[in-house]
Amino acid sequence: MTTEVREIEDSVGAVLARYQRDEGFLVSILQDVQTKLNYLPREALLKVSQGMEVPLSRVYSVATFFKAFSLKPRGRHLLHVCMGTACHVRGAVRVLDRIEQELGIGSGETTRDLEYTLETVNCVGACALGPVVVVDGEYAGQMTSDKVKHLLESFD
Amino acid sequence: MVTLTIDGQRIQAEEGTTLLEAARDHNIYIPTLCVNEAVSPYGACRLCLVEVTKKERQRLVASCLYFVEEGLIVRTDSERIALIRGMIIELLLARCPKAGEVQELAKRLGVRESRFRVEDENNLCVLCALCTRVCQEVVGQSAISLVNPGTDREVAIPFYDNSDACIACGSCAYICPTEAIKLEDVGDTRIITMPNCRLEFKLKQCPKCGTYWAPEKQLEYMIKKANISPKVFDLCPDCRE
Ligand code: SF4
Ligand code: FES
Repeated sequence: MTTEVREIEDSVGAVLARYQRDEGFLVSILQDVQTKLNYLPREALLKVSQGMEVPLSRVYSVATFFKAFSLKPRGRHLLHVCMGTACHVRGAVRVLDRIEQELGIGSGETTRDLEYTLETVNCVGACALGPVVVVDGEYAGQMTSDKVKHLLESFD
Repeated sequence: MVTLTIDGQRIQAEEGTTLLEAARDHNIYIPTLCVNEAVSPYGACRLCLVEVTKKERQRLVASCLYFVEEGLIVRTDSERIALIRGMIIELLLARCPKAGEVQELAKRLGVRESRFRVEDENNLCVLCALCTRVCQEVVGQSAISLVNPGTDREVAIPFYDNSDACIACGSCAYICPTEAIKLEDVGDTRIITMPNCRLEFKLKQCPKCGTYWAPEKQLEYMIKKANISPKVFDLCPDCRE
């Protein structure tokens, strides 16, 4: 077993120890695992399935159902570009285009150096500030394509 | 026993019977796509919806999931129901234009074509979940499940490549109403094809007559489950004494 797999299994083990073996906790468990590991690696889902005695297909079904879960590694910084109506009419598409250009990835992807993950969301509830980009939970409002470079640099 | 009315007919039914079962017992037709006696009802297709009236309040329910109640008044064929059912069938036709079962239901319900756009004309899966239910409830393996949300929803094995739990029995292919899952034995291999996964399993050969007669994994499973001697499956059924 590689150290990486061992680490994953230990993390999952620690999470499982806090819960009863009840399928109803599956979502909470996966949330905790993702908080620890930043995403849900395959080995983690296998371990959850074994530890909970829940079929792997069920664990996989839950893990793929919620957008909040990611089966692929995610970047250290999470960029959410709001595509809600208000942001959209104020030019969110151009902002997104520019970010995609700058990072060389599309929406839903992660840069190879695992620095950034880019995602679009439908309204973050800050329409008055639109176009909005949320970086690691912090709102950057009135975004323009020209300001994108500066925004990204401030997180390097 | 409870007494209720379905389409004006007074009907007696055992408690714990669903409206669908009660109706069928009295030859009242309700269309369904996701019901099969082998597995528990699930309520996926919504074609079986009926109107129930209780204390003068009306609502629409899925008859495959709703149990009979004393004094309930049920209608299976109102205009409102026809409208909604027609819509559901149109959506299904747009999703799976080539699915025979869907075409037949459409014909029976008088829907000739769909006003919705076809996205993938080769999609056969109506997402009824009969396959996942049979795998879980009858086979007891839960090798497959419905994955992804919304429009990406589909039937798959975990990670699209982990068939560890699958014993290659083919129950999913057998129960699928639309042939979205296919099973084929080619030489020494059983191939099960799902919308986005293809699984291959080795078949066991009979040492006497040479035919490949059953998936090895399924035989192992039966040996373990029934606690029988592996010798029982040495020969194929035809060559056994
Ligand atoms: S593959 Fe067949 S049985 Fe399974 S959900 Fe799709 S239509 Fe239903
Ligand atoms: S038969 Fe009731 S929802 Fe499909």
